[in-house]
Amino acid sequence: MFEVVIGLEVHTQLNTNTKLFCSCPTSFNHTQNTNTCPTCLALPGALPVLNKEVLHKSIMFGTAVDATINRDSYFDRKSYFYPDSPSSYQITQLYTPVVEHGSLEIDLEDGSKKTIRINRAHIEADAGKNIHEGDISKVDLNRAGTPLLEIVSEPDMRSSDEVILYLKKLHSIVRYLDISDANMQEGSFRVDVNVSIRPKGDEKLYTRVEIKNINSFKFIEKAIEVEVARQIDAWEDGTYEEEIAQETRLFDQVKQETRSMRGKEEAADYRYFPEPDLLKAVVSDEMFEKYSKIPELPDEKRARFVSEYNMSEYNAGVLTASLEWAKYFETMMAEGASAKNAITWLTVELQGRLSGGITPETSPISAQTLATIVKAIDDKTISGKAAKDVLDYRMENEMEIDAIIEKLGLKQVSDTGAIETMVDEIMAANMDKVEQYRGGKEKLLGFFVGQVMKASKGSANPQVVNEIVTKKLA
Amino acid sequence: MITLKEALALSKEELEAFKDALKTQIEANKELNGYIDVNSVGEGVPIAIKDNIQVDGWAVTAASNILQGYVSPYNATVIDKMKAAGLSPLGRTNMDEFAMGSTTESSFYGKTLNPHNAEYVPGGSSGGSAAVVGAGLAIAALGSDTGGSIRQPAAYCGVVGMKPTYGRVSRYGLGAYASSLDQIGPITQNVEDAAILYDILSGHDEKDSTSSTLECLSVADKLDKSRKLKIAVIQGHTDEASDAIKSAYTKAIDALKSAGHEVVERELLDGKYDISAYYVTATAEATTNLARYDGIRYGNRVEGKNLSDTYIQTRSNGFGDEVKRRILLGNFVLSSGYYDAYYVKAQKVRSLIKAEYEKIFEEVDLVLSPVAPDTAPKFGEMSDPMKMYLSDIYTISVNLAGLPAISLPIENAASNGMPVGLQLIAAPFNEQTLFDGALSLESTINYTKGN
Ligand SMILES: [Zn+2]
Repeated sequence: MFEVVIGLEVHTQLNTNTKLFCSCPTSFNHTQNTNTCPTCLALPGALPVLNKEVLHKSIMFGTAVDATINRDSYFDRKSYFYPDSPSSYQITQLYTPVVEHGSLEIDLEDGSKKTIRINRAHIEADAGKNIHEGDISKVDLNRAGTPLLEIVSEPDMRSSDEVILYLKKLHSIVRYLDISDANMQEGSFRVDVNVSIRPKGDEKLYTRVEIKNINSFKFIEKAIEVEVARQIDAWEDGTYEEEIAQETRLFDQVKQETRSMRGKEEAADYRYFPEPDLLKAVVSDEMFEKYSKIPELPDEKRARFVSEYNMSEYNAGVLTASLEWAKYFETMMAEGASAKNAITWLTVELQGRLSGGITPETSPISAQTLATIVKAIDDKTISGKAAKDVLDYRMENEMEIDAIIEKLGLKQVSDTGAIETMVDEIMAANMDKVEQYRGGKEKLLGFFVGQVMKASKGSANPQVVNEIVTKKLA
Repeated sequence: MITLKEALALSKEELEAFKDALKTQIEANKELNGYIDVNSVGEGVPIAIKDNIQVDGWAVTAASNILQGYVSPYNATVIDKMKAAGLSPLGRTNMDEFAMGSTTESSFYGKTLNPHNAEYVPGGSSGGSAAVVGAGLAIAALGSDTGGSIRQPAAYCGVVGMKPTYGRVSRYGLGAYASSLDQIGPITQNVEDAAILYDILSGHDEKDSTSSTLECLSVADKLDKSRKLKIAVIQGHTDEASDAIKSAYTKAIDALKSAGHEVVERELLDGKYDISAYYVTATAEATTNLARYDGIRYGNRVEGKNLSDTYIQTRSNGFGDEVKRRILLGNFVLSSGYYDAYYVKAQKVRSLIKAEYEKIFEEVDLVLSPVAPDTAPKFGEMSDPMKMYLSDIYTISVNLAGLPAISLPIENAASNGMPVGLQLIAAPFNEQTLFDGALSLESTINYTKGN
């Protein structure tokens, strides 16, 4: 019937120390309008100077998505009046962006892979924020001039599932590269969705509707769903021509609908032309050499986890989807925990105990702590069962792992001498059962082992107990 | 008036006494209206500053209503450089609103008189700067030149005005008219002072991305008027000019020859292409440069019914007619559907103009040219905008090609007694040759102000 055609524009705030065209800091939790200067306030006579760090991070991104890095890229002025845009034009890159013709791969549910093409990634300056308080509006320009990398995909996605897979992949790439905090709630990873529909089999692209600034994956899915439904309804009612216009719409999270955004975007002619205050941005050989050497990307790390740690594809995928958890695991490896136990204790035991939204940074158990627990299992200091008690206890109490084991009396006794003494005592007290065993009632082995474990309050290593009891009863 | 060179040799006490006397003199000659006000900053040799160059703590308004009440919180790079060299800003000078005009009549502060004859305009847009130097009310002044705005008023007022190579002097702190054309430069009583002030102003500035990183050597200490140069005049260049210009032109050629220079004829593209390319480029840039004057953060806001009404009221009341005309023109040439036909085409013409000059400068050291088609007009004579745009015909190709040029007085016209200035033009970054040739011409001509 219908096919959904989706392309995305992702505004990624680059995590540079200073703004794109001035030396103001990029941190936001400051008093309004304090991180400003003549340039980002657009005072008369102030001029922009390109922050090279932005170019470096753009090269890294372009390399990660297999794109062309334009050695010369250019800036353009995009004109529109709005109070959050002090100069009334945005400096962006329309004609020759720094990054072009890239792609990334997403892993579909059925195990197959799909390539999503990236048309371009261009550098541009963020706007400030308008704050509306009743009848009055204020402007905070702390954010004005913060560098953005706008990553524009081709209209290659055919469902909201593909959109989310693409966004998650893109998100993990920028996090792996450490070029952006990419925090959707804080607005450092902002997504505009371009949606259209067409009859299946049709090659033509129909009217594209842009849905702006949706701040969670969940809402993106929902926004696409309701917008597609709106377009299909219009098509089937024969009102497509009148109702579906190339426009920008906002997603209303409460009413679960998209709404036409009137006002500043209306019939906008941005009057783009080359920015005369800036020269071309040049990527020198030296700069290219340096910044095209990028850290391991999610797909590479996943493959390595599988081959190096014998991890399942599934676990490797889960762990590497987030740079923070992947790093957590690697820290455990560096601490000397065994891979096999570390995987289980991270993906099952720890993550099972953490409620949603807990990140490695906010987890009460650090990688070092979890590694200490896993190592205690590895060297048989505690049993796996005892380790669960240790972890539970540690979740509630700030204490050294050794001290917890001590306090809970969970240390396994593997000292054969001590165990032999216990076995001897229990045999002496149960001579009748010893006779019965020796007479052929071998089921009684379990009784003796159980008695020894009970006498040791569970701290004896069961394997060792088993061996000694078997030997002495023989 | 003492020269800049002389002033730089004064003791601190002598300088303070001089400044007091100067302020009294300025007060006594208020009707000239070259100064908007007479603030001074710190110690040093006083230099008058055009009202579009930022001085920390000064009202800087580009002679516009829309910037009334705005006080600059920072210094332009040229101001910092001047202060470091023992100079200090004294008085801001009148100009055409946002440097758009050729007569200084479009100023919010009213007209400035020509010091030679009060019936005539001082030229523009740096009319105030040229008038106060011409009237002996300033040792020297800063102006800005986008399409002739230093050279033309200097010629009208009988003083020296110099536009540096694009990128030689930082634009940081210069309220922008057209970013790719604007340059700050000196207006002085003589060529040597211009060289001294140029040396102080010039050099790379990391705050201006378009500022050149080429090595910047001082010129004043190497001035050599005895150098023999090859100087081109352009074929048919004065055909459309007045007799006063033709007379000065002939006189200058004779003087150059008598000083031992070789004068040759060369060709240039018809000046009408310059005008089109210039007004398309300058207004496109200006319309965006002036978009920041929206009444939101600073300046003269006129409250409207809602946001867009506030923009409309603020800008309708704040800008004068000539500024509005250029904003409209700039928006038109950038609007979708017209961009290629106007803006893109203008850039091609601009490259062509640049290439033509490059070709000429492969063979010659300097080009001699008129500055304006006639002497200063009387007030009101330039009210037709098209006539005003056409009067820029001799100056704008220099800005389009980014070249250095200097205008200096040759003689007073026989017809009306008003000064006639001519300009010398040099290859990019060849200011030394420009000043050497200008010094030679100046000393051979020996212009005196009075009739
Ligand atoms: Zn800033």
